[in-house]
Amino acid sequence: MEKTEQRKELKVSAIENGTVIDHIPSHSVYQVLRILNLTEYNDQLLIGTNLESQKMGKKGIIKVSNKFFKSDEINKIALVAPSATLILIKNFGVSEKKTVEIPSKVEKIVRCFNPNCITNAEEITTSFDVVNKDDLKLRCHYCEKITAKDNMTFK
Amino acid sequence: MKNKSLVSINDFNREEHIRILDLAGNFERRPRQKILEDYVVATLFFEPSTRTRLSFESAATRLGARVIGFSEPGSSSVQKGESLRDTIRTVSNYADIIVMRHPKEGSARFASEVSKVPVINAGDGANQHPTQTLLDLYSIRKTQGTLDNLNIAFIGDLKYGRTVHSLTMALCNYNTTFHLVSPAELKLPSSVKMHIKEKKLGYHQYTDMSEVIPKVDILYMTRIQKERFQDPMEYEKVKNSYILRNAMLDDAKANLRILHPLPRVNEITYDVDDNPKAYYFTQALNGVFVRQALLAAILGVVE
Ligand SMILES: Nc1ncnc2c1ncn2[C@@H]1O[C@H](COP(=O)(O)OP(=O)(O)OP(=O)(O)O)[C@@H](O)[C@H]1O
Ligand SMILES: [Mg+2]
Ligand SMILES: [Zn+2]
Repeated sequence: MEKTEQRKELKVSAIENGTVIDHIPSHSVYQVLRILNLTEYNDQLLIGTNLESQKMGKKGIIKVSNKFFKSDEINKIALVAPSATLILIKNFGVSEKKTVEIPSKVEKIVRCFNPNCITNAEEITTSFDVVNKDDLKLRCHYCEKITAKDNMTFK
Repeated sequence: MKNKSLVSINDFNREEHIRILDLAGNFERRPRQKILEDYVVATLFFEPSTRTRLSFESAATRLGARVIGFSEPGSSSVQKGESLRDTIRTVSNYADIIVMRHPKEGSARFASEVSKVPVINAGDGANQHPTQTLLDLYSIRKTQGTLDNLNIAFIGDLKYGRTVHSLTMALCNYNTTFHLVSPAELKLPSSVKMHIKEKKLGYHQYTDMSEVIPKVDILYMTRIQKERFQDPMEYEKVKNSYILRNAMLDDAKANLRILHPLPRVNEITYDVDDNPKAYYFTQALNGVFVRQALLAAILGVVE
């Protein structure tokens, strides 16, 4: 038991301080990086995809050194990774675990699915009210149309 | 309401709607009042719409305001590629209020956020047309003496008609019973029905309009467009079922009135026009009073 845990740890190595985002659906890892503006992160960033997971079969993981996210910042990833676990690492140890929660407003990251929406015609920061969290539905602040999970794309 | 933009019918609450209808009543009694003499009203029509534009311009002119603007994008800087953002920012330097119609949905909301002056939405694509809704409410109240507890039938294209959607939402504040008559392909969308259900109001759906006529106080007719059908055969099958003829009104209640947002194509035959129950042309005239009320209230020249 001890041994397998150890081997697993080695797949994506340890960080001293920072945040581990675990249990990301593998195909969403790059979206999570973009949503959190980590694509140009200047410190150590460790990424794993298609790792074995008992909970979800395959999972992705992101480890970000020296970064602690504010909850409204991290909650944005709930749209693509509702299953994500957040682990705060201090001194190589787990100091706190959190889950993500779908926010009630979503700004910038989602594109309105309505091709005739003004936000798709001009450079405008999108803004949505989350009208259903379980069966994800966002109402565009501009055209008032509903963008649902199936037709959601990210900027 | 002073300085408040009107983009969506829900931007104003029930009390504000009533306030506008009351004010519109004053303008119906005295249409010419030079209370906007020092004001400039911009009408920006990025998409042509003769009736709505003329109705706004008539309202503004009767109040003494000066009107500037354009009636189609071809005669504006839009043709040179100017963004909506820049057009609105610029025009809001020249005018005290902007009335706009634009083919993109959400354009009016966006304009209201970049404009220094209030914006009235005169139609943004398939989304909202709140001044039409207010003139419909005015016409209903005027003909029925009340907005409460009425039986209202919507006939025709209930799926794509934004007029029907916003009026339905507004009427949900008045304990309305809805009678929804449409071909199966053009039923009221579930997102709109949700509002009716939330308020626990009654609604009935039909494909045949004859049985609703004797039950209702208002018959709100709309046009069915061929392009809305995936299968043109389906259109051919149903097109004649949603035409109102004078003979069909024999069993109607005495207080029944027929409304239509106009333009009509063939969905109301001309023999209905002489029936005292036909109200659609007066309804269009009411649009001027309602728009006078909105301009005056938003510019803050009336209490
Ligand atoms: N110092 C560290 N640096 C980087 N990652 C770490 C560190 N400590 C733990 N982790 C990672 O954090 C995650 C959670 O760690 P934990 O020890 O709680 O394991 P777990 O039993 O897998 O928890 P869970 O049941 O939530 O998946 C694991 O993916 C682990 O690899
Ligand atoms: Mg684990
Ligand atoms: Zn939109």
